[in-house]
Amino acid sequence: MALFARTPVAPLEYSRTLWMRLWVGAVMVFLYAPLVVLMIFSFNDSKRNVVWRGFTTKYYEKAIGNDQLVEALLNSLTIAALATIASLVLGAVAAVMLWRFRFPLKSAIDGTISLPIIVPEICLGVAFLMFFAAVDWPTDLVWPFNLGAITIAHITFCFPFVTMVVRSRLATFNREQEEAAKDLGASEWQVFRDVLIPHIKPALVAGALLSFTLSLDDFVITYFTSGPDTITFPVKVYSMVRFSVTPEVNAASTLLILLTVALTFVALKLQGLKAIAETH
Amino acid sequence: MAEQDWKTNKRVFAAVSLPTLFWIILFFLVPMAIVWLYSFGENKGLTEIDISGTLDNYKRATEWLYLTIFGKSFAVAALVTLICLIIGFPVAMAITFASEKWRPWLLLGIMLPFWTNLLIRTYALMMLLGTQGFANKGLGALWESASWIKTLVGLQPLPTWEPVQLLFNNFAVVFGLVYVHLPFMVLPLYAALDRLDRSLIEASLDLGAGHFRTIMRIVVPLAAPGIVAGVMITLIPALGAYLTPDLMGGTDSQMIANVIERQFKKANDWPFGAALSFLLIYAMFALIAIQSMRKKVPEVR
Repeated sequence: MALFARTPVAPLEYSRTLWMRLWVGAVMVFLYAPLVVLMIFSFNDSKRNVVWRGFTTKYYEKAIGNDQLVEALLNSLTIAALATIASLVLGAVAAVMLWRFRFPLKSAIDGTISLPIIVPEICLGVAFLMFFAAVDWPTDLVWPFNLGAITIAHITFCFPFVTMVVRSRLATFNREQEEAAKDLGASEWQVFRDVLIPHIKPALVAGALLSFTLSLDDFVITYFTSGPDTITFPVKVYSMVRFSVTPEVNAASTLLILLTVALTFVALKLQGLKAIAETH
Repeated sequence: MAEQDWKTNKRVFAAVSLPTLFWIILFFLVPMAIVWLYSFGENKGLTEIDISGTLDNYKRATEWLYLTIFGKSFAVAALVTLICLIIGFPVAMAITFASEKWRPWLLLGIMLPFWTNLLIRTYALMMLLGTQGFANKGLGALWESASWIKTLVGLQPLPTWEPVQLLFNNFAVVFGLVYVHLPFMVLPLYAALDRLDRSLIEASLDLGAGHFRTIMRIVVPLAAPGIVAGVMITLIPALGAYLTPDLMGGTDSQMIANVIERQFKKANDWPFGAALSFLLIYAMFALIAIQSMRKKVPEVR
């Protein structure tokens, strides 16, 4: 606190002034209080979610015992994993294309690749609904093939983000390294694998985290693409929130929040916060 | 370093370009083209749609009802963006000028909600804002204490506290959208402020300008590209928001995305929904065009 500061506050140390600290503190409370309350109330022994009636874990048992919810969560995680892998490959390849080559219609293609980021979710959802209806995409496939349509949609809106972060990382690549590798006899593939990939690794970790969370997060596009029998976690939670607010939703949400936090820390362990923050 | 001409290394170029082009054409451009075509169609029977080249869907979209919804969506999105900017700018400043030890943690603090599921965040906010939620209880406690203070100084106490409706109205939509989009604003602002040359701020302060004046005259103009980026990153998703107005809004707080959804899930009028979708996309393009025009102005001067 500036009140207890041992050294006087320098002019540029804005973050040490009292009102700035209060402001940031208030914003953090604003961002986190709803989530913390949600997590606390997942242990509340009351059907109606308003008054604290004692500690229980029964809603966790209920959530884990809810086959539909578990299936939805498994579906979501599968889709997120598949979409992340595909987006990493596609995104990195697109970034290399835009970074390395000069070709006709380059700016048009560049713009088109970033379009899925700009086009509103609802419009993308509508587009996939119409597309899969038009091509008569089969809806009665066995797991995990029934997730194909949703996965395709997720790859489309995830990979441009990977391209974006990988590209900004590639901008700092020293091409002399590539030339040196080639002079020493490395093939195109070896240069890619041993020189380029290690350089863009931080961007790949950030891109993977981004894709995974974007995919896991998506409700609108999935809502339009999912067939009658395939539900994902957000779609399931949506219908639960719509029709009844129960502590079961809190319990399931808490589990997903913890998963997100765990994923973030895994990414941090892999890469360090600074590198990830810089690619954002 | 110069880019390589694609003809000099066709094999590698094919390896990196074909997957990308295949995907972006088949799974993005084709679906968008289908929507565009359908927007010129009309319903024939329950499932059949005839693409007749009619402009009726667009004509219907210019009816007063839909124009007001478009206008309202813009107003809500603009208000949300403005509030996010006002709340987010000091936060971005604080992160930029925080000590090395604190900066990563503050950044993480902003990024974690950004990674948390949108639906869960909306639901958490709904729990707080409900008539029995903590927000109402907090306001009630404030009211009671205000009433108590009034009686202390010998005035009439306030009437008893009635829970206010914080949910299912326009206030809730704006509040929810600000809550959801605040990290979108802070991160690009931080990125812009971080690149700032600090000696310019120091110079301004040394030459006698106050902190507020320095921020308005030096920091804001220099960080303008980041501010514009933050505004766009907040404005665009807020304009197309579906979930927040759907779950937190009332009957009169429908935004354009909710109207589009209704055409597909309830009204079963795909051509009209397609036309509305494309109008929303055109609106986005217009916003981006305005932004890139702004960017060119300083270069001309």
